[in-house]
Amino acid sequence: MNQAKQNSSAAVPIMDAEAIRRAIRRIAHEIIERNPQLAKVVLVGIPSRGVEIAERIAAFIHDIEEIDIETGAIDVAMHRDDVGTRAELPVVRASKLPLPLEGRTVIIVDDVLYTGRTVRAAMDAINSFGRPARIQLAALVDRGHRELPIRPDYVGKNLPTAGSEKVQVRLQQTDGEPDEVRLEKQ
Amino acid sequence: MTTRWTRKDLLGLRELSAEEINFILETADAFKQVGTREIKKVPALRGKTLVNFFVEPSTRTRTSFELAAFRLSADVINISATTSSLTKGETLKDTARNLEALHADILVLRHSSAGAPQFLAQRLKSSVINAGDGAHEHPTQALLDLYTIREKREKIAGLHVAIIGDILFSRVARSNIFGLLKLGARVTLVGPSTLVPREFEKLGVEVSHKIDDVLPKADVVNLLRIQHERQRREYFPGIDEYIRLFGLTKERARFLKPDCLIMHPGPINRGVEIDSEVADGLQSVILDQVTNGLAVRMAVLYLCGGIST
Repeated sequence: MNQAKQNSSAAVPIMDAEAIRRAIRRIAHEIIERNPQLAKVVLVGIPSRGVEIAERIAAFIHDIEEIDIETGAIDVAMHRDDVGTRAELPVVRASKLPLPLEGRTVIIVDDVLYTGRTVRAAMDAINSFGRPARIQLAALVDRGHRELPIRPDYVGKNLPTAGSEKVQVRLQQTDGEPDEVRLEKQ
Repeated sequence: MTTRWTRKDLLGLRELSAEEINFILETADAFKQVGTREIKKVPALRGKTLVNFFVEPSTRTRTSFELAAFRLSADVINISATTSSLTKGETLKDTARNLEALHADILVLRHSSAGAPQFLAQRLKSSVINAGDGAHEHPTQALLDLYTIREKREKIAGLHVAIIGDILFSRVARSNIFGLLKLGARVTLVGPSTLVPREFEKLGVEVSHKIDDVLPKADVVNLLRIQHERQRREYFPGIDEYIRLFGLTKERARFLKPDCLIMHPGPINRGVEIDSEVADGLQSVILDQVTNGLAVRMAVLYLCGGIST
């Protein structure tokens, strides 16, 4: 706890609650524009902040179009390619997806897009449940440094970073702290 | 869920904290769902090698571990051996050397000697999973029992669990006792005094020699098989008398609470510790235990085999 506090005081604020709200609302608009068959869209968050962001996107889409978009969660821990190389195992959670996925547009939602490896794991996980018509990707922050040929369809904020920096996202519902994106320099 | 898993081995439930046990059960929730997917396989342990080393015969436990490993994309080798010609120490040392030579990442060991998995765990870099050691512990069986109780009754704390039968020789009973007490259940052991001695009370459980007193109060009854192979002399006069005094007959089952769960680790001796009608009845969760065993073993292999050592 103490250490987290120290870090936050050394971090540079990037987005405040209002900026996060606007970015998510813009993503909702873009999803509506890009997907004429909105009812077939499923917003699938990567736990735990991706799930919260997916819920918020769905709420905006409901406000704008009065359509209820289905949401879900996709566990990526058991699909990662680095098991056995990390000192700490990612916690495995059950996925929650509306099935079947055939004919649907699955939009993967994550807080920070970085190497792309988590997204690859998420695509593998989704494919083990079925074959959606298409998969798209939304991220609140794209910090660059991709290690795989993966590109987001919807981005809240493009944030050029150094590899040594850390992007921290805090959301009220998942972290019990006010909404904020900050950049920690090491 | 803030607990971190830091163990490379699962040797028994006695050494685990309640938080660690709950962490395994919650991880098993995620793996249970894999069985419902179109593709029932995840790449979590891809490239890892698991050795099923069963010195004592077992079909269901070995098969369950094997299928769990397949679903995690690990490669599996099955080795069975007899200890008859070798002394215990030599066998285990040889085993350790051979396994190191095979570069096994995970060793699932069933052995007739208590402590054999611990002996190897201390000497090997590989993960060692105890699949039953003598009359000592059988942690994955107890974990799947706990998982099934939690799934059906949504909690474990406060429930009254009766474990009935051959407690003295039962590693399943020992692991269950440790796990149930840590998670806050009340445990009563039931059986003839030769198989359920009063010394067990020191563990914090109750002991009864009268099944009819216990059945109406139990929320879960876990029936254990009479382990003929482990008994060196007669511990009760005969099967007929055992059935009369301790068998869960259909007449006795009427005294159970309507929501009492009936469990059995298998293999069942139909007509001995449990009547067929009871084993196949609505209160029986015996086949759920088998299904849950797969999820629990996937969770254990993932946690122990997945950490970097």
